[in-house]
Amino acid sequence: MSSEVVLAVQGIVKDFPGTRALDGVDLDLHKGEILALVGENGAGKSTLMNIIDGVLQPNEGKIRINGEEVVLHTPLDAQRYGIGFVHQEIALCQHVSVAENIFMAELNTSKKSLVNYNDLYKRAAEILAPLGAVDPKKRVNELSISNQQIVEIAKALSLDCKILILDEPTAALTESETDALFKIMQDLKAKGISIIYISHRMAEIFSQCDRVSILRDGVYCGSLNIAETDSKEVVSKMVGREITNLYPPKFQGDCTKEEELLRVQGFTDGFRFNDISFTLHQGEILGFSGLIGAGRSEVMKAICGLHPKIGGSVAFAGEQISISHYEDAIQRGIVYLTEDRKVEGVFLDLSIRKNISALKIDQVSTNGLVDRHKENGLSDEYAAKLNIKCASTTHDVSSLSGGNQQKVLLAKLLSIRPKVIILDEPTRGIDVGAKSEIHKLIRNLANEGIGIIMISSELPELIGLSDRVLVMHEGDSCGIICGDDINEKKIIHMASGLEKVGV
Amino acid sequence: MSENMTVKNNSVLSTLGNVFTKVKSFREGTLILIILAVCVIMSFLSPYFMTWGNWRAIFLSFSTEGIVVVGMTVMLIIGGIDLSVGAVMCLAMCVAGRLFLMGMNPWLASIIALAVSAGVGAIMGYFVTKIGLVHFITTLAFLGIARGSCYVLTQGSPLSLFTLPASFKFIGQGSVGPFPFIIIIFLIIVIFSDFMVRKSSIMRKVFYTGSNEKAALFSGIRVNKIKLGVSVLCSSLAGLAGIIYMSRFGAATPGFGVGLEMTTISAAVIGGASLNGGEGTVLGSILGVALLSIITSSLILLDVSVYWQDLVKGLILLFAVSVDHFQHAKKMKA
Ligand SMILES: Nc1ncnc2c1ncn2[C@@H]1O[C@H](COP(=O)(O)OP(=O)(O)OP(=O)(O)O)[C@@H](O)[C@H]1O
Ligand SMILES: [Mg+2]
Repeated sequence: MSSEVVLAVQGIVKDFPGTRALDGVDLDLHKGEILALVGENGAGKSTLMNIIDGVLQPNEGKIRINGEEVVLHTPLDAQRYGIGFVHQEIALCQHVSVAENIFMAELNTSKKSLVNYNDLYKRAAEILAPLGAVDPKKRVNELSISNQQIVEIAKALSLDCKILILDEPTAALTESETDALFKIMQDLKAKGISIIYISHRMAEIFSQCDRVSILRDGVYCGSLNIAETDSKEVVSKMVGREITNLYPPKFQGDCTKEEELLRVQGFTDGFRFNDISFTLHQGEILGFSGLIGAGRSEVMKAICGLHPKIGGSVAFAGEQISISHYEDAIQRGIVYLTEDRKVEGVFLDLSIRKNISALKIDQVSTNGLVDRHKENGLSDEYAAKLNIKCASTTHDVSSLSGGNQQKVLLAKLLSIRPKVIILDEPTRGIDVGAKSEIHKLIRNLANEGIGIIMISSELPELIGLSDRVLVMHEGDSCGIICGDDINEKKIIHMASGLEKVGV
Repeated sequence: MSENMTVKNNSVLSTLGNVFTKVKSFREGTLILIILAVCVIMSFLSPYFMTWGNWRAIFLSFSTEGIVVVGMTVMLIIGGIDLSVGAVMCLAMCVAGRLFLMGMNPWLASIIALAVSAGVGAIMGYFVTKIGLVHFITTLAFLGIARGSCYVLTQGSPLSLFTLPASFKFIGQGSVGPFPFIIIIFLIIVIFSDFMVRKSSIMRKVFYTGSNEKAALFSGIRVNKIKLGVSVLCSSLAGLAGIIYMSRFGAATPGFGVGLEMTTISAAVIGGASLNGGEGTVLGSILGVALLSIITSSLILLDVSVYWQDLVKGLILLFAVSVDHFQHAKKMKA
């Protein structure tokens, strides 16, 4: 690693109404290194990257590229200096083909008035090949979130940049896609390209990065060489306290002996999943594992009336119920946390309060009129419970950091005091400290007698929390495991379709 | 002593300033200030402007349109648009007029006409929610269908309804004390719907749907039902306006209400409704339509040729939309 500094920011200050997001931040990026940038949710990581990419303007501070001071007014300026940016939130044109999305910048600046589509598709396929199987002709809205994320990355790679910024790229990727990305990052590094890598996953940072810079509450807290530190030191620097990574104790005894909350039988949609049956009991956390695309989310949506099904029945607390619309599920206290935060989750241009109360507006209404006091009280209570970092709950959700938006969705679910909670990737984008808080929260809810179903692509989380795990492979159930069987090897084995238990 | 004075002066000034920024900070406030400014200027330019007669005429001109604007506002909040309001308004007028001429009691005829306009709204809502067409195309098609039906019903020439009973004419022509009855109907509808849009939980669901339809679905909101309801509401209010016009003019004219969609959409957008959905208030939209009316009336008083009127209205709309755009851009960046 050479010590030539390609990018230096100095004394960056950024104010938003009611908050100072960055307070005199410095950052150096050397040629051909992978620099990790870590910090809690709302620490200012994305804001800093948006400034480096010209999306936002700093109130104070300087940016130097290759020693020369520059002013970046727009992302186009940043592109000219060779900066590529993969945003935390997917921002693709949904109704346009993958290839056109990847080459958007080029098409934009191209002098030619006609597009050679065959050539475009061919080049897109070349860029996509090492990342995973994505068809360049498909429209983006037909892709899974993980594939959309891949398109975002391919888009940045197509720019032939000198500095690549990746803002939580792996939050939505599968394991194999993540590995592919890491390989590409190492290749780029070997070519002398510098990368800023933002992630909440310490393991990734320690396996891929050379240095780590730490932000806390918008203040720069120094940089460490990865070789000379450990995750404990990094975490305590960014959180300001020790984090115990221990998972809360699991259910004592046999949870299947507890009262049955949900009995799902023979769920089939004739397409994404087939003959799925399971039970959920009071106080239980039932994990759902499988590769992305195995049909886990679709099963959950079908239970909640958010996805069509052609066969199967649900019993809730021993009584057969039919749920034709999600509202029916909510009335019974069955709620679902979506994995697609931006599209299916938040109302970006409404206040935090209105977002939290959205699931059951009748709960805070009297005689058909929304009772502001009740609504504010409820929302503020849950915002505080989940530690949402905001200047005020009257602000729009779009002003929150990614992790805090996720907490808003959790608050929204909890605010109706549900009986069954279905969580689809509950800690996506959530920082280390908050993550262990949320794990505790989930376990506490279970201990209060709530039944919890959790889909997670993060195996340690799934293994650490679940009392039982149902593994799916290409729409079929491979059986349910519990106790010591819940381990990485067994789950991966089953998820790849090599083993089935009890079915 | 003098120091004390300046301090006091300053505080008075600063509270005034605070009030000013507060008023400006919400859309309705800005509009009120603009309307006041236009009025002050006009009162210097034309002695007739500040007379009761002129104001009565202005109020009359926008109160019936204002009823349609209420529906349009809700439609824009849910993220839709209704291009058929003018034609549906006219359809209600022609249906009621034709039935009356066939010998039906005018009240019954009006109720049937209202049901017809609600029905048109329901059919449009069906196409939008069940078939999945967009509002723009659906309502464009129904603009044609409804307008065509008017011509068919009237054979292309106005129906003269001078035999309407006095009790029915009272809706459009009567007054309570100095106040025309139309204005009273209008005020009742506006005050009630402004309250409902701000406070009711059903309207909150409309806001959720307009803000992010998918997220609304994932919040258990019956999005299709709500969209259907809004479509019915918007058309019914247009129908009501048609009945009022029929009573006021004692006629049913097949070409009436052309361009009403432009006026009502402009008014709502000037009043702060967003074409992207999720934003808008009834008060704002009504101030928008009031501003447009005051400007039209001013242009007439100033002897500006009618040919200029649409041009000026277009410029005002352009200005309002640009202001809105910059405010949003600022909010995103700030
Ligand atoms: N447009 C905005 N308006 C107001 N405040 C904002 C805006 N954008 C960001 N903020 C605030 O700035 C702070 C930093 O946000 P940022 O998105 O940079 O956090 P982050 O470190 O990327 O967090 P995460 O890990 O959750 O993605 C947060 O407190 C956030 O609420
Ligand atoms: Mg972020």
